[in-house]
Amino acid sequence: MTLILFVEQCLNGVQLGLMLFLLAAGLTLVFGIMDMINLAHGSLYMIGAYLAATVIEATGSFLLGAGAAMIGTGLIGAALEVSLFRQLYRRSHLNQVLATFALILIANETVRMIWGAQPILLNMPEALAGPVEPVEGFRYPAYRLAVIAVGAAVALLLYVMVVHTRLGMRVRAGASDRDMANVMGVDTRRLFTLVFAIGAGLCALAGAMLGPILAVQVGMGENILILAFVVIVIGGIGSIRGALVGALLVGLIDTAGRAFLPGLLRHVFPPTIASEAGPALASILIYVLMASVLYFRPRGLFPARG
Amino acid sequence: MTSALHVSARPGFALAGAILLLVLPLGLLAVDQPFYIVLASRILVFALIASSLNLLIGYGGMISFGHAAFVGIGAYTVAGLMQAGIVSAWLAWPIAMLAGAVLALGIGWISLRTSGVYFIMITLAFAQMAYYAIISLKLLGGDDGLSLGGRSALLPGIDLKADLSFYYVALACFAASLAFLHRLINAELGRALQGVRDNETRMEALGFPTYRIKLAAFIIAGALAGLGGALLANLTGLVSPSLLHWTQSGALMIMVILGGAGRLLGGAIGAAVLLIIEEVLRDYTIHWQLGVGVVLLAIVLFAPSGLAGGLAGLRQRRQA
Repeated sequence: MTLILFVEQCLNGVQLGLMLFLLAAGLTLVFGIMDMINLAHGSLYMIGAYLAATVIEATGSFLLGAGAAMIGTGLIGAALEVSLFRQLYRRSHLNQVLATFALILIANETVRMIWGAQPILLNMPEALAGPVEPVEGFRYPAYRLAVIAVGAAVALLLYVMVVHTRLGMRVRAGASDRDMANVMGVDTRRLFTLVFAIGAGLCALAGAMLGPILAVQVGMGENILILAFVVIVIGGIGSIRGALVGALLVGLIDTAGRAFLPGLLRHVFPPTIASEAGPALASILIYVLMASVLYFRPRGLFPARG
Repeated sequence: MTSALHVSARPGFALAGAILLLVLPLGLLAVDQPFYIVLASRILVFALIASSLNLLIGYGGMISFGHAAFVGIGAYTVAGLMQAGIVSAWLAWPIAMLAGAVLALGIGWISLRTSGVYFIMITLAFAQMAYYAIISLKLLGGDDGLSLGGRSALLPGIDLKADLSFYYVALACFAASLAFLHRLINAELGRALQGVRDNETRMEALGFPTYRIKLAAFIIAGALAGLGGALLANLTGLVSPSLLHWTQSGALMIMVILGGAGRLLGGAIGAAVLLIIEEVLRDYTIHWQLGVGVVLLAIVLFAPSGLAGGLAGLRQRRQA
């Protein structure tokens, strides 16, 4: 029984971690290559989720919805990069924070004007709605397994792309030394737009897939943005590998904390205190993790810059 | 012109501002708009808090994303003491400042080992820990927070429950804090702090204890934010975990950047402009956030060094 619970929570943790990775991958590349703090990254996730919900509603096809959301959000991301972000790369981090914070407000309010303030429902594809029973006595939602599979596949694809292709080589060159990459003939302008669009598309994928599990609502991007920042700081800014490790760490620790900490506390404290303090303390865990990682490795686990 | 680091006060300007702020509530009463006295008090409190953050961001180059923690601990200190029967402002407010300073010592001790973006994130991490810690403390009301029985007691003759007297107390606290910050920035510590901001390695080579300088500034800012929290708790009559939420830290940062980081009045101008824009747009449309976003974006594109910086730039251009 406890073993089943443990495996189940681990799978939940991996699932959260992989989704966080989809968000963190774009964020860490934008941050690492363009030296740009993009607070509006979470807004792209929100826009992706809303686009997916709308297309799924209209066509009835989850695949079509997720695909349209990725392409649509990718285009929005590219348009934003060309029109606004280019002007911000050379500005101070403070300017970038203010500008992208303004974008969050604009995006939230625009979404509210188009789709209304109520959370909207995003149903999971019917074929995956039930549980599966891979081992006798262990039932797990099929949809969550599918999310893990897609997340793992995209992570692998991204890894191959960054480590084994010419495009990935340029991206890595940009992350470790932008000016030098420029001098060596990398067209950083086009590279930036492309990276930004891919990052936005990955956000939309995460938004579409998490939509049926979490609520699709205004402001959904902000809280997950903080988690994504935690992930990339733990992993080391600019590092895809760091983002993956950080995302899985955060996903597992957060899920395990929420599932097991209240129970553990019950052994030490009276039940009332344990049930009150447990969930809150579980939320603290990932921040304790981040603070301790930074204490011992002030540049994260896998620093991208030399 | 004494030195590049000297921040002048311009006595005439300060006097005009002081007179304006002193007669403002009387004017509001004369046109029968007492509601705006509360808004003005709120602006003064946030001006104080944002100014304390400006010491870190603007003068110390320490972009702290966790300032709400200090505000929160100050507010909760006042609320908790009031629950324990201690209502005197002379006792509760200094304790709130002390609480802010002690928390800043703890957080700064560890956070200041990192720099740049990692500093931003580690201060956020500690603020989040404080946020969840407050939620888990049943004693302090948990999720719901605490409501204060009343306002702190200042002097027998002054009733802080009256919005007018509270305004003047908030004004006095703001003015005193600003004067203190002005002195501090021009004092040895403040000069050294600006030196560390501009080139930490060089300051270290010159023998300055850069870590201790930054930590001292961090503690001072924490204490002032604690005072701001004490005022805020009194103003709203309610403390809740949302005071410590990261969006609060974000809003404070936005105020500083908007007004002008590293300008004496940057925090105050940013607080006033942001709160007034919100108030005005809220009257016109339910989609006021869209307006706030557009205004902020326009400001960052056209006045990269903030409103105070933009004004100074205009003045210089006119003189040239």
